[in-house]
Amino acid sequence: MENHDTHTEHKPHGYGVYLVVWLGLLALTALTVTVAGINFGGLTVTTALLVASVKSYLVLKIFMHLGAEQKVFKLFIVVALFFIIVSFVLLFSDYSFI
Amino acid sequence: MSTQDHAVHVHRDDVGARMGMWLFLFTELLLFGGLFFLYSVYRFVNQEQFHIAAKELNTLVGTFNTIILLTSSLTMALSIAAIQRNNKSLSVFFQGITILLAFGFLINKYFEWSIKFHHGIYPGSEILTSKLKGEILFFGLYYVMTGLHGLHVIIGIVLIGFMTRLTMKNVINQNSYVKLEAAGLYWHLVDIIWIFLFPLFYLIT
Repeated sequence: MENHDTHTEHKPHGYGVYLVVWLGLLALTALTVTVAGINFGGLTVTTALLVASVKSYLVLKIFMHLGAEQKVFKLFIVVALFFIIVSFVLLFSDYSFI
Repeated sequence: MSTQDHAVHVHRDDVGARMGMWLFLFTELLLFGGLFFLYSVYRFVNQEQFHIAAKELNTLVGTFNTIILLTSSLTMALSIAAIQRNNKSLSVFFQGITILLAFGFLINKYFEWSIKFHHGIYPGSEILTSKLKGEILFFGLYYVMTGLHGLHVIIGIVLIGFMTRLTMKNVINQNSYVKLEAAGLYWHLVDIIWIFLFPLFYLIT
């Protein structure tokens, strides 16, 4: 953690890391488009959201430098995600009975 | 915070600045989150009609725009990597490419929407209002969510444009680039929102 506290001193990602992540994101996009073409029924949405989550994780961790930030930043994200999930669960605890 | 002392230069707190930007991004999450909640309920209640309505959207255009936005996120990240290495012209170049790609995204969106409008599918149109309830809801959400996202792309262009100017004037430099980082964070959030919008609107088969 220490090396990230002072901005000018922390070792930044190389250009290559970003390129690799970008290729990964493109590959995941290709995957999600291909999977959407096959009919998995209810699993299609799940797969799409799963792939989108993996893509978001890559963007957050590498592009947005979350991996290099202090712990408190990660805590923010966890709290935000927790409340989103709670909201979805509460929302669908109502609607799934229709 | 015990680490605060290390972060402060003379009158500067880059960690604090980035934290502030992240807190702002969470308010954006609230804004879009509400719309995603709305989408999920309406889709759950009108599954069949959402599927029929989604067939009107062009997956190819959506995929193309996804690639454009992902690439613009790459160039944004690269512009920060360049300024970290004191390569000013490369950073300006990457910021310029990011802006160009953002315009490309908007131009695509413009054509996509014009074709829809041409087919008579726009909010309140006779053709749309004569469709089933679920289809009207789908297109309502489509226009509001991609529209709001498009607005964010426009704001992002302006923001990055300012950063490019500041980089050229050396206000943003190797020792002080937190402004560029904040603009980058905003741009990546816009990308993440699209990452979810894309499968939810274009990939319902």
